[in-house]
Amino acid sequence: MQGLTIAFQIPALILGATGAGFGALAHDAGMKFGPTAFLSVVLYATPAQVVLVDQFARGASLLGGAFAICLTAIRLLPMMVTLMPYLRGPDVPRWQYVFAAHYIAITGWTEAYRRLPLLPPRLRMPHFLGIGTALMCCLTLGTMAGYELAGVVPPLLTSALLFMTPLYFIMSLILGAKQAVDWVALLAGLVVGPICYLAAPGFDLLLTGLMGGTIAFWFGHGREGRRL
Amino acid sequence: MSALPDGLWGYLILLGMALAFHEPWRWAGIVLGRDIDVHGPVFAWVRSVATALVAGLVMRLVLFPAGALGTLPPGIRVGAFATGIAVFFLTRRSLAKGVLAGAAALIAGAMAIG
Repeated sequence: MQGLTIAFQIPALILGATGAGFGALAHDAGMKFGPTAFLSVVLYATPAQVVLVDQFARGASLLGGAFAICLTAIRLLPMMVTLMPYLRGPDVPRWQYVFAAHYIAITGWTEAYRRLPLLPPRLRMPHFLGIGTALMCCLTLGTMAGYELAGVVPPLLTSALLFMTPLYFIMSLILGAKQAVDWVALLAGLVVGPICYLAAPGFDLLLTGLMGGTIAFWFGHGREGRRL
Repeated sequence: MSALPDGLWGYLILLGMALAFHEPWRWAGIVLGRDIDVHGPVFAWVRSVATALVAGLVMRLVLFPAGALGTLPPGIRVGAFATGIAVFFLTRRSLAKGVLAGAAALIAGAMAIG
């Protein structure tokens, strides 16, 4: 349950701001209030939410929207895989995994990435469910506020709030980096990311993860090989 | 809002889309992660992929942001980002101070150029 309170800090502020950004966007795209807030609960991943609203606004079909969110969700797979060793246990009921999986998104993952290894194994799943529940509330409340306040808040303040997201992500990665491989993966992502974005927007995150991650993995493997 | 009907059907369609096209990737992570060996090469690779992916997103958000943030000059965004990270390291890795300093630097930079 401590996870609930811990999430009401910087990550909460950041998800609230992210939600507000999405809410304002959905408002401008002509979405209704209810469905906009509902998306923050059922998708709980802003890239998918933004893509879907954008598709609707452009008059795309439901199938087109479904295809778009399906692509954005692929990145959630490696995140869930890397948290499973911390979350799994003999006493953990199955429904908890399903809830935990739903709470997988970049913010929840970055929090868990640095927090869960420090906790005793028995507390990890409850802690993560607490973090996830709190973060989802923040995103949904932020979405509602952003929808209602669209166009009222000065743009510079909105910019500053949105700017907290990359700052928070990079610092969380630095705090979570334990081995040299983690640092190489981090730096590789920073370098490869912009190149992939310019070369293949839409697929850039997936490509960055695969390319940067593989470079870092080779590096780590090479070091292990030399040590033997 | 052509494709999405109003009322209950709209909500059911959104729920159905989420469960059929978005959520399965998360479920796949449960299945694939259930028996993975933390000390094995597969886990090391997947962890590197997830890390690089988030780092890539960081650069995208700083260099190519959408909306209001994108209207600010890149120099201010990069400078404020660097300020935030510098403060983070100078404050013995305080996440809150680093994040708030970066955001404050962005506001200061934007106001300085008017």
